[in-house]
Amino acid sequence: MAVVSQNTTFSKVFWPAVAWSVAIIFFFPIFWMVFTSFKTDADAVKPEFLFFFTPTLENYTNMTENYDYWRFAINSVITATFATIFALVVGVPAAYAMAFNPSRATKDVLMWMLSTKMLPAAAVLYPMTFLTKNFLDIYDTHFLIIVVLCLINLPIVIWMLFTYFKEIPKEIIEAGKMDGVDTWGEIKDILIPLAWGGVASTALLCFIFCWNEAYWTVRLTTTEAATLSKLIEGNRAPEGLFFGRLSAVSTAAVGPIVVLGWFCQKQLVQGLTFGAVK
Amino acid sequence: MAGLTIRGVTKSYGETQVMHGVDLDIEDGEFVVYVGPSGCGKSTLLRMIAGLEEISGGEISIGDRVVNEVAPSKRGVAMVFQTYALYPHMSVYNNMAFGLKQIKTPKDEIDRRVREAAKILHIEEYLERTPRALSGGQRQRVAIGRAIVREPDVFLFDEPLSNLDAALRGQTRLEIARLHERLGVTMIYVTHDQVEAMTLADKIVVLRDGRVEQVGRPMDLYNTPQNLFVASFIGSPAMNFFKAEMNKDGVFIGGKAPVTKAVEAAGGVTVGLRPEHLIPCEESEAFVSGKLELVEQLGDHELLHLVREDSSEFVAKMEFLADKKRGEALYFKAAEDRIHLFDSKSEQRL
Repeated sequence: MAVVSQNTTFSKVFWPAVAWSVAIIFFFPIFWMVFTSFKTDADAVKPEFLFFFTPTLENYTNMTENYDYWRFAINSVITATFATIFALVVGVPAAYAMAFNPSRATKDVLMWMLSTKMLPAAAVLYPMTFLTKNFLDIYDTHFLIIVVLCLINLPIVIWMLFTYFKEIPKEIIEAGKMDGVDTWGEIKDILIPLAWGGVASTALLCFIFCWNEAYWTVRLTTTEAATLSKLIEGNRAPEGLFFGRLSAVSTAAVGPIVVLGWFCQKQLVQGLTFGAVK
Repeated sequence: MAGLTIRGVTKSYGETQVMHGVDLDIEDGEFVVYVGPSGCGKSTLLRMIAGLEEISGGEISIGDRVVNEVAPSKRGVAMVFQTYALYPHMSVYNNMAFGLKQIKTPKDEIDRRVREAAKILHIEEYLERTPRALSGGQRQRVAIGRAIVREPDVFLFDEPLSNLDAALRGQTRLEIARLHERLGVTMIYVTHDQVEAMTLADKIVVLRDGRVEQVGRPMDLYNTPQNLFVASFIGSPAMNFFKAEMNKDGVFIGGKAPVTKAVEAAGGVTVGLRPEHLIPCEESEAFVSGKLELVEQLGDHELLHLVREDSSEFVAKMEFLADKKRGEALYFKAAEDRIHLFDSKSEQRL
């Protein structure tokens, strides 16, 4: 018995300690970023001011007044929202078709979709830039960013929806057929209400990915359609002299999505772990 | 209301053929049960009638209308699924009303039909609940109710009782029988349980490997099974089979007395005797004998498990057998009209 209780005490202390250490290590950069955003650029580079400094909002006021934060933020909202909507508009019917009317090719199609994620983005940087700039003339437009964000997230959206739809018993869809609903009715009246948790977490994850995307939004925009990623990129100085300013911009870019994630945490965790119909 | 005609229906999945030309006539108002082991094609056949499975060849007609290309909801059929397949996000009321809403039935008509069906099935109190809040038996009633409100020509039941516990199964079986009596419409019912088949059916269709083995009234199948498969499938406990030896005196299965006089059978003879038709007797008049191995007491009767000399086993059903001991030899005969003879090779009845 003694051995057992010792073990419990040990694990009661040891494992939480490990968990907290890991959490703190992961959280530290974010903590450091938020902290730094309240320092002046001069204080930010001085190690002795790591914890003790006079906080200032200068970086934030500066950001909204001089760097047009809101325009970048609005661009981020527009592109992420529409990209997510389009990804669902295409993804829901695609996943529905593959989940309930699978053919021999379904598995291969799914793998092929996933394989597009294996392509290094840099490999198509030149054709993308050239075509959109010189040929299609859509460089630095909302349209381009929405299309690109939608396309790069579509495989994951379809995969996730497919898994959720798969969990819905086929008989329920068949009962719908017997009751005389058409395909659109099946999706609207049966599938979406049943897989609502899954659809919501898919949408949320897609939105987060769109918001955080940096490779293409930085390279395919200049001013018009530039998102918050571009704003951060623009404030990055190789000499590292503007850490305060950079941290403020980064905090303001990360902030909305963290808040959104916080509010939807329950939904997200449930959707990602339990599946749709339980 | 309508009868149903199935002509030369086949089903293939790619290269694999699973239904091999099924012909069936189902009369208006008949209660037909498809029975067979799993994988025999009974559910597939039902789903083809429902329109949930494409028909690879042949023709299915409901009434006078060929329905091969007709959408499921336009065939005048309603289906009760094994898993109930209720819409989990809708109330019981809406589950039943959903199909009627699809065909734009007036609201008061929907309300009338749903309440009437709920009354028949005693689920009036649950109309506002969701399926989640119901027991298995109640869910099954809702599933049946969803079929009733559509006032179909043909009801299709796909193993509707297999998810219920034994007590509820018996009760629901009775209710389905009553429902058939009351509505008088054609019902097709799929099950692997021969007791359900025997008790419910006007007509039983025994299927094996995508072929119809025999069609007939329950007692016809029980009394004159056309082949070994039907004989072994219908009846509980299952029929005993004995490989027979033949000489000029008759057909013997190990006892002193011949089962019957010599018959002609190319592939040899197999004798079938149902456990309930075995009669204890003297050694001199016995068809078959065995050493008592085990007795199962079932209250009103007992099942004797016996082992023959060649260590094959058989079962006898007795009302009561006064203190017989384990290992004791017992002798049995059977009435002449209770003896079933089959060709061992072709498995057909002689």
